[in-house]
Amino acid sequence: MFDSLKDKLQDVFSGLAKRGALSEADVDAALREVRLALLDADVALPVVKSFIAKVRDGAVGSDVLKSVRPDQQVIKLVNDALTEVLGGDAAPLNIATNPPSVILMAGLQGSGKTTTAGKLALRLRSRERKKVMLASLDVTRPAAREQLRLLGEQAEVGVLPEVERETPGQIAKRALQAAKLQAYDVLILDTAGRISIDEALMAELRDIKKLTEPHEILLVADALTGQDAVNTAEAFHNAIGVTGIVLTRLDGDARGGAALSMRHITGCPIKLVGVGEKQDALEDFDPARMAGRILDMGDVVALVEKAAETIEADEAERIAKRMAKGQFDMNDFLAQIRQLQKMGGLGGLMGMLPGIGKMQKQIAAAGIDDSMIKRQEAIILSMTKRERVSVGLLNASRRKRIAAGSGTSVQEVNKVVKQYQDMSRMMKKLGGKSGAAAMKAMMGGGMPGMGGTSGGMPDMEALSKGMGKMPNMPGMPGGLMGGLPKGLPGLGGKPSGKKK
Amino acid sequence: MSWLQKLKNGLGKTSAKVTGQLSSLLGRSKIDAASLEEVEDALIAADLGTQSAMRLAASMRKYKFDGPVTSESLAAALSDGITEILEPVAVPIVLRDDARPHVILLVGVNGSGKTTTAGKLAQQWRSEGKSVMLAAGDTFRAAAIEQLQIWGERTGTEVIAGSQGGDAAALAYTAMEKAAATGTDVLIIDTAGRLQNRAELMDELAKIVRVIRKLDDSAPHDSIIVLDGTVGQNAISQVKAFREVADVTGLIVTKLDGSAKGGIVIALAEEFGIPVHAVGVGEGADDLQAFTARDFANALTGASD
Repeated sequence: MFDSLKDKLQDVFSGLAKRGALSEADVDAALREVRLALLDADVALPVVKSFIAKVRDGAVGSDVLKSVRPDQQVIKLVNDALTEVLGGDAAPLNIATNPPSVILMAGLQGSGKTTTAGKLALRLRSRERKKVMLASLDVTRPAAREQLRLLGEQAEVGVLPEVERETPGQIAKRALQAAKLQAYDVLILDTAGRISIDEALMAELRDIKKLTEPHEILLVADALTGQDAVNTAEAFHNAIGVTGIVLTRLDGDARGGAALSMRHITGCPIKLVGVGEKQDALEDFDPARMAGRILDMGDVVALVEKAAETIEADEAERIAKRMAKGQFDMNDFLAQIRQLQKMGGLGGLMGMLPGIGKMQKQIAAAGIDDSMIKRQEAIILSMTKRERVSVGLLNASRRKRIAAGSGTSVQEVNKVVKQYQDMSRMMKKLGGKSGAAAMKAMMGGGMPGMGGTSGGMPDMEALSKGMGKMPNMPGMPGGLMGGLPKGLPGLGGKPSGKKK
Repeated sequence: MSWLQKLKNGLGKTSAKVTGQLSSLLGRSKIDAASLEEVEDALIAADLGTQSAMRLAASMRKYKFDGPVTSESLAAALSDGITEILEPVAVPIVLRDDARPHVILLVGVNGSGKTTTAGKLAQQWRSEGKSVMLAAGDTFRAAAIEQLQIWGERTGTEVIAGSQGGDAAALAYTAMEKAAATGTDVLIIDTAGRLQNRAELMDELAKIVRVIRKLDDSAPHDSIIVLDGTVGQNAISQVKAFREVADVTGLIVTKLDGSAKGGIVIALAEEFGIPVHAVGVGEGADDLQAFTARDFANALTGASD
């Protein structure tokens, strides 16, 4: 039964190409797809080109996971690179220790500067307990200052009173003075929207910058922006030296490639994102989510991640085989401990295993619990390679050295050695039997779904249900199930190996 | 400065790129497969989108050049291709004689320039001697009402306004009644910006349209989506959604005085065949201009007139 299941899984995977490393042809084929995906997401062409070139260099020759197509692997690499590029140099808002901190908002018309200024004021007041003042330098758009005043009132922050016929520079000066005198922590300066090629207005921004020496210059940009994102980012960055980007309208359904374009061109981190018209709809930027959104190939990425899990399962199966042959050593023990850590601890795993009651007692008797996993790891890592293979070497002085090296005590080292010995004894006992018999022993008598078929095979459906709950089965004691990752295709439905 | 000049100043950046990027093609007698991608790239960089860019580039292969390709002849060829696509959709707003008021509903996402466009449209018809009324239907955004009122003062147009947070549909109804009672020629209804995937906000818009139709089932006579000229491929999703909810009949593209290319108009023409009424090229009251295919195509490609 066990063999037929394994065969079935291999059938699933055999349809997919298995290659050792990504060839140039694989990479190029996949990158053509990626290029279109990025362009359709409005990532600007020059940025797409340079990003793809970068990924290509890294991708050629890298290992292909078993069970995924090479092009899928490339897409996963792209996704990871995208996340990295988007999230690099992440930095929180720079609020100066010496108040007032000046934050200058700049951007094209209609990008959402004023709304964002209001949101930011609320965020700084409510989350960071700052005393915030808003000041509008927008003397161009009708009622822009009125808009900021209303938003300031809603956010319950200070707003610089409007004075007729002042220039933006004059307002900025007055705002700074007022913020100093009234001991504000943060002064947010909203500016008029301007097109990127208007030299006069850009010069005005430069003047405001000189006057107020802002700690943050935030470029507010619309997530709906197309190819022009590069020009905008370039123009503003060249003129005033942007320190961060705020991406607005991310609650829309745009893929938001402008994020990558602007990040690439300015080298500035994306600090915040606007996700709605409510005043609290301003969030921290999440690079992984943004990458997924831009690339929009989540299925492929998930598939490759699943395949990566399979590799761990392969590793577990390898350990299980070694166990069966009685070759279980400290290295294997360490690998198991690490897998356990990844899976959220022993308790959770035990709970997921049907009919493991008997073994649970044995393991509890051996004294394994989650809090110790980290210390156990440290202890094994403090052993020499030879010690890990032949535990018999561990005399009193070696144990003392290991205790000192791992920051634990000799008692704890003894305990790990004892656990290892108990475990390895158990393995040998199980390993002597045939695969199927070992599995039966593992399942004990409590396997749900086995009903009255005493001595028969476990019901496959019940088994697969149990498996579904298990993240994956690392080489647990008798870890013959180790090779089965979660949600593996072919496990869910009606396996052919079903017997009763 | 003429509007065409403004458009060119903006789009000039694009055309510089178009010819710049395509320099390797120059001197050949026709566009071959290898250089096709360069043409595509140049068009993609102008926001045509991959589909439209590929189609247009492919059509260039059949183009008969008189002699070797020069930057001028290439720009002219592309301009021809674009003009052919845009000509059928370059349709101005025509006021109906049988409708009084002729109701114009402005819709679109936030920040696309609806309120400014409302003001500019008012200016246009005022200068033609029509009586115009503005309805401040953006009751959500802070100070949107004030913004439209200032446009009303500038253009000498009456503005029907409620209070912020009020019911936009009710306001539209009131404005319809008033405009009908006073025999006003054109009623321009501004609405709040909304992202097209926000169902509850789109429902509100649907309600505005329903209410308008209670008083005149042929209204709105023009339902116009205002698109930001810097918008990318999301414009397709915007037009699709607003068409479903507000029966959009045409579009106005704003902010084309910047470095944005507005090439998305070409993709939209191919996808929907939706009329392009006008383009916004500045912040002044007169900076709204009728859309003409050849001028736009020339400005985008850098072809000479």
